[in-house]
Formats: sequence, C-alpha cells, structure tokens
Amino acid sequence: MTTTAESVFGLSQAEREAALLPVLTELTEHHRTGGEPYDRILSSLGIARGASFDSVEQLPWLPVRMFKHHVLKSVPDDEVFKVLTSSGTTGAEVSRIYLDKEAAADQPRYLGKTLRTVLGDQRLPMLMVDTIGIIKNRRSFSARGAGVLGMANFGRKHVYALDENDRPDVEAIKGFLANHGNEPFLIFGFTFMVWQYLYEVAREHELDLSNGILIHSGGWKKLIDRAVDNAEFRRRFAEDTGLTRIHNYYGMVEQLGTVFLEGPSGNSLYCPDFADVVIRDPETWREQPVGVPGVIEVVSTVPRSYPGHVLLTEDLGVVHGIDDGDWPGKRFSVLGRLPRAEARGCSDTFSGSPA
Amino acid sequence: MDLQQRLRNTFVEALALGEDVDVENLKYRDIDEWDSVGHMALVAAIEDEFDVQFETEQVIDMSSFKVSLDMLKDLGAE
Repeated sequence: MTTTAESVFGLSQAEREAALLPVLTELTEHHRTGGEPYDRILSSLGIARGASFDSVEQLPWLPVRMFKHHVLKSVPDDEVFKVLTSSGTTGAEVSRIYLDKEAAADQPRYLGKTLRTVLGDQRLPMLMVDTIGIIKNRRSFSARGAGVLGMANFGRKHVYALDENDRPDVEAIKGFLANHGNEPFLIFGFTFMVWQYLYEVAREHELDLSNGILIHSGGWKKLIDRAVDNAEFRRRFAEDTGLTRIHNYYGMVEQLGTVFLEGPSGNSLYCPDFADVVIRDPETWREQPVGVPGVIEVVSTVPRSYPGHVLLTEDLGVVHGIDDGDWPGKRFSVLGRLPRAEARGCSDTFSGSPA
Repeated sequence: MDLQQRLRNTFVEALALGEDVDVENLKYRDIDEWDSVGHMALVAAIEDEFDVQFETEQVIDMSSFKVSLDMLKDLGAE
C-alpha cells in the first residue's frame, strides 16, 4: 500500500522515546490536575507534582485494575459523554472508562491512522466474522459489539459470516466471495471466532481467501486446547485457504484508540509512533532485557479524558527485538494472562455453538 | 431536486428521522438515531444514492450534515 509518507510506524526506538517523554510527562500533570483519585495515587507513591522523568521507563504506571475500583477521569462530570465498561466475566468487576466528546472522536482517528498502514485509504468490502445480532441492541453493546462497530468504518458492503443463531452462514460467506473474492477484501473478527467459524468453514468448503486481509484480536486462550498459536494460525490459513495477509492486534478498553499491530512478516506486534511498551520484571519492576518475559506496560499519548497513558496490564509479554523488524521500535508478543489475573477479555463473552 | 434536498432525504430515510428533526444542522451523536450503527447505514445509503465512495478518513470525519454535504460536493456528486 502506498501509505509510507504518513505512516505511524516510522520512529526508531530512540526517536520514539524522545518524542513520547515530554508528552507523557505533560499528560501525567494533566491527569493529576483533572482527577483527584489519580493525583492521590501518585502522591502515595511519593511522586511530587511537576516531577520530571529521565525516561519513558521511569514514568509512574497505573495498574489497569485501578479502573475497577476508582473513578479515574480527567474531565468534569458535565463533560462526560460516554462511559465504557470492559467485559467482565460473571461476578467480576468492570473497568469504567470516561470519554468526553473530543476523546470519543479522537479514538477512531488514531485507530484509522494505525490500520491504514496495512489497509490503505480505500474502504474494502468487508466480511465480519460475527453476527449482525451483536449490534442489534443499540442501547447496550457488548465489548464484542463495540469492536465490530469500531472496525466497520474501515470496510463497505459489510457481510456477516454468522447467522443470528451464531451459526456459520456458509451461503453468506460464499456469496461475499463470489462478489468480492477477486479483489482485495477485509476480514475482521475475534481470534477464536475467526478460527472456529471462518478457518474451519473455509477449509471444509475449500474457499479461496487469498485476496483477503485479516485483522483479528482477542487472545489465544480458547485456541490453546486446539494447539493453535499465532504461528500455527498463520501457517494453516496460508496452506488451506491462501490467506497470508494476517494482522493480529493487541489493545484494551483502558487505552482506547491505541492498538499494537502485527507486522507483515508475522509473529511480532509493533507500536505505533504515539505508543510504546515496557516489559517489566514482576519482582523488581525494572525493564526486562530483550528476550526475557515480563509484565506488559503499555504507554500511549492518546488518552486525555482518563489517566490511561501509562498502564501496567495483567498480561505477560516479551520483546523480541528493537529496530530490527518490519517497522522500527520494539517488536513483541503477548504470552498470556498473568497467572493470578482474573479471567477477562472480549471473546469471553461469547459461548456460541460449534461450527 | 438539488443535492442538499436529496441528501436531506437520504438522512431522513437512512436514520429513520422524525419530522421535527432539524436535519440541516444535525451533528453526529446529537441524537440517538445517529449513533455508530446509524452512521454505518447512513454512509452506505449516501454512497448508494450518489454513486460515490468515501475513504476511511472521510467516514471517520463525517461529523455533521454540513460536512457530508461538503464531502459530496468535493467528490463531484450532482
């Protein structure tokens, strides 16, 4: 795609950190001014107002679960436009993320800038590996519905691969491919649904997906018992359906608009220029060297209406290399949830029928 | 029928707007009908009606009736 001029995958690690540090430092002050609970948390860590930091690694991070126990927002109540909640499993507490109008409008723009690197400017015909039922109840979307809607902007002539009973709609998929299969098209879905409802159907019916570009997310937990990891997922799709342009991404509701995107050669996630990751040793909290797993911290300059700019996730990850891959910066993988983290994730809300 | 009137009709139909809605001054998310689900239907309806194709950025930036009218003019819709 001819998007290199404005690509958001352009900064080397040194350039990125130099660009991010002053913005993130300013954001830290901004969020302390805007929200008393966040200011109290940092004060209790002994971090003074107006503190300066020597590196991105030194910035104070907020554990994501804090969004479950505290009202963390940096805008006045009357400017709150939307409150998003993460998809908790039954009985679990949910995160609350507060957006003002500006933040709600920013978020698709950053996602757009990130994905245009692999999708280009044109909206491609789009196969949603989901059911239209997921967006039917307009007053209460699940996280899955919100994900589907957020991605819908990138496509046109949307076709849903599942019927309203969550069963694969083979005729709809075949019809979509008959109409659009000879030109580039976009496929979106949650990872395990793409596997269960698209891969298995495509293999069985010998469907040709070679002109597709797949964007998927949601974690590998449900695929582990099928012995499918990222590399195997790519290999089988390529071998059995011809689909080779596959981009997994990693992102969370607590840092909306920021996604870490798998590069064209696969098996590494990359940070857009407005974001970064720090992999921390869970004992010392120092940054781990390349190749050593640890807890993933995600940083981004996008969040302005809530203090989500430096977050310690509950995921394990590892940096594979720096400035040595498809795009500059750190490239990394997500290895799974921290052992003690409660189960949570977009795809956990789905319990459909087998393909 | 001129462009603005046709666009107005497309808005009313795609978003199922009531008669009391001030369409010409409508902004994205001002009313329940123009939420993200409505937006998807609206974009598809405008593309069909005027035989144009918006880029991703235009779909994201289409924040009001007036903006969409300007975009249509820029695309040379008649």
